[in-house]
Amino acid sequence: MKPRSGSDLGFRLGTGAFAALVLAIVVSIGAVLSRESILSIREFGFRFWITDTWDPVAAQFGARPFIWGTIYSSILALVIAAPISLGIATYLSELCPPRLRQPLIFLTELLAAIPSIVYGLWGLFVLVPLVRMLETSMPDNLRQSALFSGPPIGLGMLSAALILAVMVTPFISSLAREVLKAVPRTQREGAYALGATQWEAIRVALAYGRTGIVGAIMLGFGRALGETMAVTMVIGNNPTVSLSLFAPQYTMAAVIANEFTEATDDLHLHALFEIGLVLFVITLVVNALSRMLIWSMNRRTIARAKPKAEPAVLGSAA
Amino acid sequence: MKTLTVMLAAMALTVACGGSESGPVKPPSEASTTGRTQINGAGATFPYPIYSKWFSEHNKLHPTVEINYQSIGSGGGIRQLTERTVFFGATDQPMSDEMLAKAPGAVLHFPTVLGAVVPIYNIEGLSTQIKFTGPVIADIFLGKIKKWNDPAIVKLNAGMSLPSSDITVAHRSDGSGTTFVFADYLAKVSPEWKQKVGANSSLNWPVGVGGKGNEGVAGLVTQTPGSLGYVELVYALQNKISYGAVQNQSGEFIVPDVASVTAAAAGALPTMPKDFRVSITNSPGKGAYPISSFTWILLYEDPQDKNQAKIMNDFMKWALNEGQAMAGDLGYARLPEQLVPLELEQLNRIKTQ
Repeated sequence: MKPRSGSDLGFRLGTGAFAALVLAIVVSIGAVLSRESILSIREFGFRFWITDTWDPVAAQFGARPFIWGTIYSSILALVIAAPISLGIATYLSELCPPRLRQPLIFLTELLAAIPSIVYGLWGLFVLVPLVRMLETSMPDNLRQSALFSGPPIGLGMLSAALILAVMVTPFISSLAREVLKAVPRTQREGAYALGATQWEAIRVALAYGRTGIVGAIMLGFGRALGETMAVTMVIGNNPTVSLSLFAPQYTMAAVIANEFTEATDDLHLHALFEIGLVLFVITLVVNALSRMLIWSMNRRTIARAKPKAEPAVLGSAA
Repeated sequence: MKTLTVMLAAMALTVACGGSESGPVKPPSEASTTGRTQINGAGATFPYPIYSKWFSEHNKLHPTVEINYQSIGSGGGIRQLTERTVFFGATDQPMSDEMLAKAPGAVLHFPTVLGAVVPIYNIEGLSTQIKFTGPVIADIFLGKIKKWNDPAIVKLNAGMSLPSSDITVAHRSDGSGTTFVFADYLAKVSPEWKQKVGANSSLNWPVGVGGKGNEGVAGLVTQTPGSLGYVELVYALQNKISYGAVQNQSGEFIVPDVASVTAAAAGALPTMPKDFRVSITNSPGKGAYPISSFTWILLYEDPQDKNQAKIMNDFMKWALNEGQAMAGDLGYARLPEQLVPLELEQLNRIKTQ
């Protein structure tokens, strides 16, 4: 497209500069993280990703327990939050009486506005005792299994996953609601015209918006990966790799927040920066994978929809 | 084309305005024309309450002097001092020889007040405080003593009915001077601790769960029956958390309070090095609580800004004399009286012109 006038050109250059700014920020974050972690990268190399010892006194640093804790807690949080969020979104956009809709939307969005530290305190004083009660009341033969072993202290993976789930639910549900709102009326009307029940018509709408819904869930995953303060307060901060929901574990963001201020030794500081770099890389990879997932789903939808000439590109908006 | 010209003009104007606004602002450390002086410092979080009290009281006496302190942690304080982005630093852990060598000038350590670390626990139905020894605490935190009715604990607490439950160990997860003091003491009394764990602000803990901050550890201990943790004395006093007694080098079981912490510093005086970089854990003094420590203010011997140096020296003299009386109310132990003249002598070495 050829710019027609000077103001068009100015507008293009201006907005282009803003877009380039985003790229520059991402690149500079990566560059700074790499530069500040150079000592640790030189010392440990790839071993940093796969070893378990984190010992500031002996200057031995390995990130595997933190990587594991971050990904495991985020996946568990999504397993809990995704169905709940979809339920909320479906109810609000399809079934809710109009008088209730606005108050409910307001309340879910309020959940997103609560500061992380408040979630952490609530987690520590309300959620953790509840989880401890669950742990102590669990029958012994269940406690022997790998999923539920560990001391019954309440702090641990389950508390962290639950609090993360509460924190990402408003994001996923708001986005999914927007996606459902954008599904054309004709989709539902068509379904009803074919004699579908309400449940079947909603299923049609959900299927139509599924790329957008996957996008919403992946965005929630990205948020869960980086969440720091609330998780630090309830996860128990113990760098171990364990499947157990009750075992205290640790995340990448938490160890940076915990140890950065008092790290006096250079290698320790660089190792913490490298944790930041690892988190950055993992976040990029997760985002890239979710893009690819959405992209491949879109292509399949378009291929199927081609005879009707109705491309479903909803997902790219989310 | 006209629109573009207008836009460019508007942009140029914005840039010009921004420039003229930021132009006259001086770096905050510089004295302005009104005679006000700002001094910036950064460092440890542990002494923050007493320092901010000192700075505000001092400001009432000298309204033209404003001392700003950011409690960003000891590590950050040392780094900022080394980069000369602040005038003074503050730390709970003396700088190592290596760190001193990296600083662009000679750095002096000034002990300001003392703090202590106390063991806290959660066992129902006890009428008296549990007595600990250093080696017993070390073995619990090493995971070697697992139950409250272990013979090693029962022996120290004859006649007390200790439960057979497991001990849940709680420690700080965030890097902290509190952890350093605690681990420094354990390393002195337990060779195994020294060899396996060592002393630092963050550790590779053999057992236990990590809580963030004093409040995290205290929250864990108060909620979990059978748990044992450690917090700063100030925190335990202010929040009325019960804590145990610890045996000192002369064999006395000391229930920590501000007096027994000052006694620990007094006990270390005969062996005090000239630069005050000293750990006073496991102090030999009579009545000394063994898990005690100084906290320090760090100053350059030859600071760049002599005006600030003069004012900071005046402040330090005030803090070491009048300021000490304010320590007790906030739960800090004051310096032993014999130490103050030694510090004033070191203060005179700072070049103020």
